[in-house]
Amino acid sequence: MPMKIGEKPFFGRVDDALQDHFMRNAMASAQDRFRNKKLDATERDEQVGDWEEWRSAGEEIRRHTLENLDFYLDQLSENFSKRGGHVFFAKTVEEANRYIQKVAKEKDAKYVTKSKSMVTEEIGLNEALEEVGCHVYETDLAEYILQIDNKDRPSHIVVPSLHKNKEQIRDTFQAKAGYTGTEEPHELTAFARSQLREVFLKADIGITGCNFAIAESGTISLATNEGNANMVTTYPDTQITVMGMERLVPTWEELDVLINLLSRSAVGQKITTYVTNLTPGVEEDCVDAPKEFHLVILDAGRSNALGTEFQSALHCIRCAACVNVCPVYRHIGGHAYGSIYQGPIGAVLSPILGGYEEYGELPFASSLCAACTEACPVKIPIHELLIKHREKYVNHQENVKTSEKLAMKAFGVGTSTPFLFQIAVKGAPMFMKPLIKDGSISNGPGPMKPWTAIREFPAPGKDNFRSWFKEHQKGRQ
Amino acid sequence: MVKGTIHNKDLFLNQIASKLGRERKDNVSLPKWKHQSQWEVYKNSSKDDLLAAFCKNSKEKNVHVVETEKSMLPETIEKVIKEYGGGSIVTTKDDRFSQYGLTLTLDNSQTHIWDTAMGEVNIKKAKEAILGIFVSDISLAESGTIVQFNDKDIARSVSLLPTTYVAIVPKSSIVPRMTQATHKIHRSVIAGEELATCVNFISGPSNSADIEMDIVVGVHGPVKAVYLVVKDL
Ligand code: SF4
Repeated sequence: MPMKIGEKPFFGRVDDALQDHFMRNAMASAQDRFRNKKLDATERDEQVGDWEEWRSAGEEIRRHTLENLDFYLDQLSENFSKRGGHVFFAKTVEEANRYIQKVAKEKDAKYVTKSKSMVTEEIGLNEALEEVGCHVYETDLAEYILQIDNKDRPSHIVVPSLHKNKEQIRDTFQAKAGYTGTEEPHELTAFARSQLREVFLKADIGITGCNFAIAESGTISLATNEGNANMVTTYPDTQITVMGMERLVPTWEELDVLINLLSRSAVGQKITTYVTNLTPGVEEDCVDAPKEFHLVILDAGRSNALGTEFQSALHCIRCAACVNVCPVYRHIGGHAYGSIYQGPIGAVLSPILGGYEEYGELPFASSLCAACTEACPVKIPIHELLIKHREKYVNHQENVKTSEKLAMKAFGVGTSTPFLFQIAVKGAPMFMKPLIKDGSISNGPGPMKPWTAIREFPAPGKDNFRSWFKEHQKGRQ
Repeated sequence: MVKGTIHNKDLFLNQIASKLGRERKDNVSLPKWKHQSQWEVYKNSSKDDLLAAFCKNSKEKNVHVVETEKSMLPETIEKVIKEYGGGSIVTTKDDRFSQYGLTLTLDNSQTHIWDTAMGEVNIKKAKEAILGIFVSDISLAESGTIVQFNDKDIARSVSLLPTTYVAIVPKSSIVPRMTQATHKIHRSVIAGEELATCVNFISGPSNSADIEMDIVVGVHGPVKAVYLVVKDL
C-alpha cells in the first residue's frame, strides 16, 4: 500500500529511529526553525492582528464546508465541467489510478511532470503511471531529491526530504545524476533547475495536488514557492489534478483566510511565493496553457471519518504545524510512523484511511501534551482524537485479556492526562504497580511497552512540555 | 464551451450525505462568518501608507523595488534593462504599455511582444529572455505580492521563464492584502463574469528552503524580481 512506509512493525521502526542520532538532531533543529518562523509570522506579527481570531475563522470555515461537503463538491464539479474540465469521483485508490492511467494512454503520454502532492504519494500514482510506460518527474526540490535517491519516502508533509542533509543530497546527486558540484544548497538547487528545465517544456501531462479547490468557480488553488507548479501547469497539453475530497472552500473569500493560515503556519510566510489559481477553459489559440483538464476527487477512506467523532480530522489543511511541535516526532522522525502522513495528524489520519490493523498503534505515539492542538491553525482537537482512537483500538482488540485492556486504558486511554506524567506525579493505579520499577514503567502492556524504553520521553502537561522543549532545544540528543 | 464529463458523482455524493446522516443538499447558503480579522489588516491606511508598506514588504521578499513616476517610466525601464545586462526581453501583449508611453521603449529588435499568431516561438523567446515585463493588476501591500489575470495575451510565461521579471506596479493597484483581491474576484464570479484561467499571485523570485531549511533564491521560476512602482498611476 503506497501510504505505507517500510515493512517493519511500528516499534521496530521506532527503535531504528532512536539509534539514528543524525536524523534526530536534524529533526530537532528543523522543528526549532519551523517553530520560530511560524511564531514570527503568527503570534509575534502585530500586523496580522489577533491570531486566535484567524484560527477561529479557519475552524468555522472548515466545519461549515465539511458539514455541507456533498453540496460544495457538487458545485465544484459542475463549475469545473462547465468550463470544459473533466471530473472523476474516485471511491478508491485503484479507481483513481485506473482513470489517470486511461487518460495517460489516450494521450499516448511519455513524459509526466508533477508538482508536490501528498495525495498522489498516498495513491502511489508514480508507479501506476510507470506501469503504462510514462516517465514521471517529481519537480518539487524535496520530492526530486527523494525520487533520485531510489524513491526514498517522505518524512514530513511539507518538506518530504527533511531527514536528509546536504552532504547526503550531494552524494546522491553525484551517484545518480552526474552532479559534480559541492554540498552548497544553492549549487544543488541550481543543478535541479538545470536538470528539469527542458523536462518541463517537453512534458505531455502535468500532475498537481490541490491545496484548495474553490467550489464557486471550479478553480484549483496551489500554494508553492519554487515555481515548479507553474511550470507543471503551463506547458503540458493536459493537466490532471488529484484532490482529497475534503480539500475545498466554498468561495474565493474563504480561500483568502485559509491561504493565510496555511502560509504562516506551514512555512512562516505571509503568503507563499506563488498562489496559482487555475480554472479550465483556455482560449483556443492560447500558447502556454493546457488544453485539457482533469480533476480526480478522491475518497480512499476519508468518508470513514464523516459523521463520526473523527470528522474534524478532515478539516486538516496539511500545514504540518502539529508535526513541528510534536515531542514524539522530534524523537523518532517521520519514517518511524510507517505512513506518509506523520506526526500527530498522521497518527489521527492514518488509522482512518488505512485501518487499525495497519495503523492502530500510531495513536499511542503521543504524549498527549496537546502542543499539536494548540498549534493547529484550524483548531482540530488533535490530542483528543488520539485518545478516541486509543479507546476504539483497545475496545476492538481481540485476544487481549480484560485486565490488560483495563491497564491500557489507564495508561492513556481513559484520561486526557498523560499517563507517564500521571504516574510520575501521582503514582500509578494499584493494578499497574507490578509494571513500575525505579519510578518509571518498565514493562507497559500492549502498544505502550516499547515507549517505556524511551528514557527521555516526555509526557508532561502543557507547562511541563514547554520546559521540556526548552531544555531540549540546545542539547539535541 | 463544450461541457466536460463528470463520472460517478451521484453515487459518491449520496454516500457522503448518508454518512453525514441526512439527504443530499441542493442548496446551502454561506453563513455570516463570526471571525473576519482579514478586513482589519491595514484597515485605515492611506494610499501612501499602503505604498510604503508594499515597498517595504517587497524588499523583504528579495525584490528590487524602484519607485518612479509615469513621465519617467520609459527612462527607468531602460535603466533597469541595462542594469540587468540588456539582451532579449519578452513582454505581455497589453494595451497599458502604450497608455504608459512605453510603445517606443519596447519597439526594438531585442523585445518580443507576446503574439499568439506566432505559436510556440513565443515560448522559445520567453525561455531565452533575460527580462519578462508585465503590469500588475492588483498589488498586495501586506506581502509585496503582484497579481496577474493571465490569458492568451497576458501570457503566463512572461513572469515565469525569463531569468528576471519586471512588474510595473501602478500605485492605484495597491490594496491592503489578498482579502481585497479575492473579494473582487468573488464579486465578479457572482456577477457571472468570465474568470481568467490563471489568477497568479506572485511574491518575488522563486525560492526553496528544502535543503536544510536554507533559503535559496531562484529555483524553477525567475531568479530575480524587479517592481517598478509608479507613484502617479
Ligand atoms: S492537523 Fe492542524 S496543524 Fe496538523 S497539519 Fe493539519 S491543519 Fe496543520
